Amino acid sequence: MSQTNLLLSSSPHVHDGDSVAQVMKVVIWALMPATAMAVMIFGWPALLVILITVAACLVTESLFLKLRNRPSALGDHSAALTGLLLALTLPPHAPWWLCVAGGVFAVLVGKQVYGGLGYNMFNPALIARVFLLISFPAQMTAWPAINPLFSAQAYSLSDSVAIVMTGHQAPPELVDAVSSATPLGQYRTETGQGKTLQEALGGQYQFDAVKAAGGLISGSLGETSALLLFLGGIYMLRKKVITWHIPVTMLAGCLVPAALFWLYDPTHYPDPIFHLVTGGLVIGAFYMATDMVTSPITIKGQIVFGLGCGLLTYLIRTWSGYPEGVSFAVVIMNAIVPLIDQYTRPTAYGQVA
Amino acid sequence: MLGSFHGGVHPAGNKGLAAHCAIEALPIPRRLYVPMHQHSGEPCDPCVVVGQKVYKGETIGRSDAWVSAPVHAPTSGTVVAIEEHVAGHPSGLTMLSVIIEPDGQDQWADSVRGIENPLSASPAEIQARIRDAGIVGLGGAVYPSYIKMTPAKGKKVDLLLINGAECEPYLTSDERMMEERAREIIAGIEIMMYTLPTQKCVIGIEDNKPGAIRAMTQAAGPFPGIRVQAMPTMYPQGARQQLVESVTGRQVPSGARLVDIGLLVHNVSTAHAIYDAVVRGRPLITRVVTVSGRGIGKPANLECFLGTPVRDLIEHCGGLRPGVRKVVLNGPMMGLAIDNMDVPVVKGVAGLLALLPEEIVDKPEQPCIRCGRCVKACPMSLVPSEMAWRAKVGQMEVMPELHLRDCIECGSCAFVCPANIPLVHYFRYAKLVIQAERRAQKRLDLDKARIKAKTARVEQEKAEKDRQKEAMKAAMLARKKAAESAAPPTGPAEVPSAEATVSADGTAVATGDEADSKAARAARAAQAAKAARAAKAAAQEQ
Amino acid sequence: MIDAVLSMSGMALAAGVGLGFAAKKFYVQGDPLAEKLVEVLPASNCGNCGFPGCQAYADALAASAADGNVAINLCTPGGAPTIKAIAEILGVEPVAPVNDEGPRVAFIDEVRCIGCTACIKACPVDAIVGANKQSHTVIAAWCTNCAACVEPCPVDCIEMVPVTPTVYDWQWDKPAGPHAQATH
Repeated sequence: MSQTNLLLSSSPHVHDGDSVAQVMKVVIWALMPATAMAVMIFGWPALLVILITVAACLVTESLFLKLRNRPSALGDHSAALTGLLLALTLPPHAPWWLCVAGGVFAVLVGKQVYGGLGYNMFNPALIARVFLLISFPAQMTAWPAINPLFSAQAYSLSDSVAIVMTGHQAPPELVDAVSSATPLGQYRTETGQGKTLQEALGGQYQFDAVKAAGGLISGSLGETSALLLFLGGIYMLRKKVITWHIPVTMLAGCLVPAALFWLYDPTHYPDPIFHLVTGGLVIGAFYMATDMVTSPITIKGQIVFGLGCGLLTYLIRTWSGYPEGVSFAVVIMNAIVPLIDQYTRPTAYGQVA
Repeated sequence: MLGSFHGGVHPAGNKGLAAHCAIEALPIPRRLYVPMHQHSGEPCDPCVVVGQKVYKGETIGRSDAWVSAPVHAPTSGTVVAIEEHVAGHPSGLTMLSVIIEPDGQDQWADSVRGIENPLSASPAEIQARIRDAGIVGLGGAVYPSYIKMTPAKGKKVDLLLINGAECEPYLTSDERMMEERAREIIAGIEIMMYTLPTQKCVIGIEDNKPGAIRAMTQAAGPFPGIRVQAMPTMYPQGARQQLVESVTGRQVPSGARLVDIGLLVHNVSTAHAIYDAVVRGRPLITRVVTVSGRGIGKPANLECFLGTPVRDLIEHCGGLRPGVRKVVLNGPMMGLAIDNMDVPVVKGVAGLLALLPEEIVDKPEQPCIRCGRCVKACPMSLVPSEMAWRAKVGQMEVMPELHLRDCIECGSCAFVCPANIPLVHYFRYAKLVIQAERRAQKRLDLDKARIKAKTARVEQEKAEKDRQKEAMKAAMLARKKAAESAAPPTGPAEVPSAEATVSADGTAVATGDEADSKAARAARAAQAAKAARAAKAAAQEQ
Repeated sequence: MIDAVLSMSGMALAAGVGLGFAAKKFYVQGDPLAEKLVEVLPASNCGNCGFPGCQAYADALAASAADGNVAINLCTPGGAPTIKAIAEILGVEPVAPVNDEGPRVAFIDEVRCIGCTACIKACPVDAIVGANKQSHTVIAAWCTNCAACVEPCPVDCIEMVPVTPTVYDWQWDKPAGPHAQATH
């Protein structure tokens, strides 16, 4: 005589209660301070860029799942997170179509064609960024100067809509304030022309590491405040959503060679602090490389992966044709994750005793 | 580091529900359903008949196999049936059980007599007592204890580990045993140390049971060889590999037995059962079951007869609360969900949990996001996520490389999986697929051997018949010739005699043939029956 | 020049001799594929596959190895392991057994059995015991489900009955997987 209301599934019957959606939510929360700072510094256009990108991801995800006759997966927040991460890799004044193209690409090509969450090989946000960077290099490297909200020259809401929707870089009266090289770009362009580091970053450019750490530099939305991104990373560590292995090894993989070359020739190679506070190293180390789906599953593998990401970042930043290499580094390392996983399986209990 | 092992998880203990409840004897139930297979190894055959009056402690089932444990009548009464009865098994299928109607007298059998001073008895006598008492590992493995208590020649036990970890949430039966019966447990340990023999014993207890640690430390006081060690509360501290690693800092080599590295692990309740069997002469007929969970009226630690339907335990504890979603035999991490309350308590049941929806996991499986939590949680240092997807796509051939066999099914991986993947279910499925494949292959090889044997025999028989036919023909021909040459056809009287010889001869041959084939068939039948028994034994061993 | 010609001729000769020797020494009799296949078949020659015996089935499989016209799952007594072995040899994906009604065994109605031994003679694995004019019985553990005994019985007292599952051969079902709840 059995009772039908009783569940008969296999043990374990209890669970720690965490869920995929919860994990994604923690990451989104961790990104909030840096996101708010980006909007603060670059004004309303930045907010529009973020909203459009996230919306593009959500719409693509839900449409595609409907087409595949699958239940909606918006509840797992992964599409929203992908949108947010992608937006943070875009220039603050990215035109709307760039945001939409990136969002659609990230979800469709970056994730859904592989079978959806969990099956993709590359970080969807980064693969979309790489796609945009290669397809639209001009728009992807148009860096407006910072123009904080509520400042004297702050963009009005209508200016902001015009910037993002029509692609006008800025109202004519503000034109001379629009463009400003990122520190990494400045360093590569100027030293490429034979100048010393001092000449490149000092003088008119006036690079200041403290300001840069706080976010007062030009660059992608998420390349700005290393400090707030770092705090978000600590929050994720506290919440046990990520472990220290990938961020720490990735930072070390970039900063240790940076330090060595700087010691060797400080006039041509910037110091590690410069590498730390500029570009996307921190967002890459804490939020991009740590993407669970596309990083190794074992601790040993994560260390190998992190070191590889960091080292490749430094190589690309210093010697390649691109001033910034975090996206490429992470995407390249994503590709060899299955290999890393296979060779870093832990030694099972009782195998060496 | 001493006192720890790799991996592990921290499930909510929920021990407070029943930890304060003193062990209480469940009244004699109306009927007892005693399964003949409550242990790992060979099932028992009933050795009583329907209608027979049995006394408490009388053997009602036994097996000649080395790996088996006899079953006893838990109380006095009448055998009312010997039939299939639902068992505590994931299949929900039945098992041969002896069904006893108690007479309420609870009268011990005359055979029940203890050894006054076990330390002057011979180890062999103690081992025999442990075997005859049907004692098995009460921590859940239900492996016959006397086998572990009889180390093979040349094997020495340097350290006896007594498992008082009780790391499963909710369960408090061992904890209560240690608090209330510490002296008897220690006396049981003393008997074990004398029997093995060994000089050293460590009792490992998780540090969330201060009362048990205190009681055991006090009881162990007079014995310099016995030490109580508090261990961090971490699941699965009580799994034997993890216990060994925590206490000794060593790992048990994969596939090896503990005794190979000079160790032995017994559960505290097993030590108590050994005391009962040796000193009091009482076989294993009761055990303490924690009845708990938020879905039960009144949690308790019940000492009940083996064979008591869980329905009786639930009724005694105030029944199920409305909304109970899962009833589990044993702990929530490794226990078995049941939906039939006629399932009886057996030797391996330490808990009965009634769980409300908020206590359990009932969410659909999502795709793996490769977060690696299962890898970190696995106390056996395996890669659960990979084992699960390989099982899903049927790549059983890579399982040896992933050490699926070493998986102890502790559930740590599934406990932490944010995608709610039923990892343990995948492993159980894969293990049985591999086992079934191996069994089928073995079976096919046997079939082939039998076919070959039959073909050969048929050919041989045919050849033999041909030869006999030839011989007969030759004999007849020779006789004819002889008759022709010896007696020319003058005396007609001689012809019938010749005919008689021939016919007599022929009959003789025919009978010989028949006898021959009959004998052969009988032999074949005997051989077949023997082989069938062997096959059955082999099947059960698998 | 002459060195080159000589050395080339020498090498050609050596290679030729070597090849010729190898061809003789490692010559494989018959169809190697069919031989491999017949190895994995149970050799009961029960004919359940529709071919007159295991060798015939193996030959047919080997002959159709390229086009796959002959199904690899026809052997009932061999079951899943045989299918797997055939699939491995032929380099194709294993499939489910053709008559997958679960395991069955022969059952003799001992009341109706007249003890003619016809089934005993037919059983390829000696799974039926009994003597002349005595009721026969099946050793269930040995029966391979080939049903070769059913036909020869003059009184039709043999039946293939499904094996009732026990706790000893029960199997966990395969978990439904992550997309089981798709589109309700």
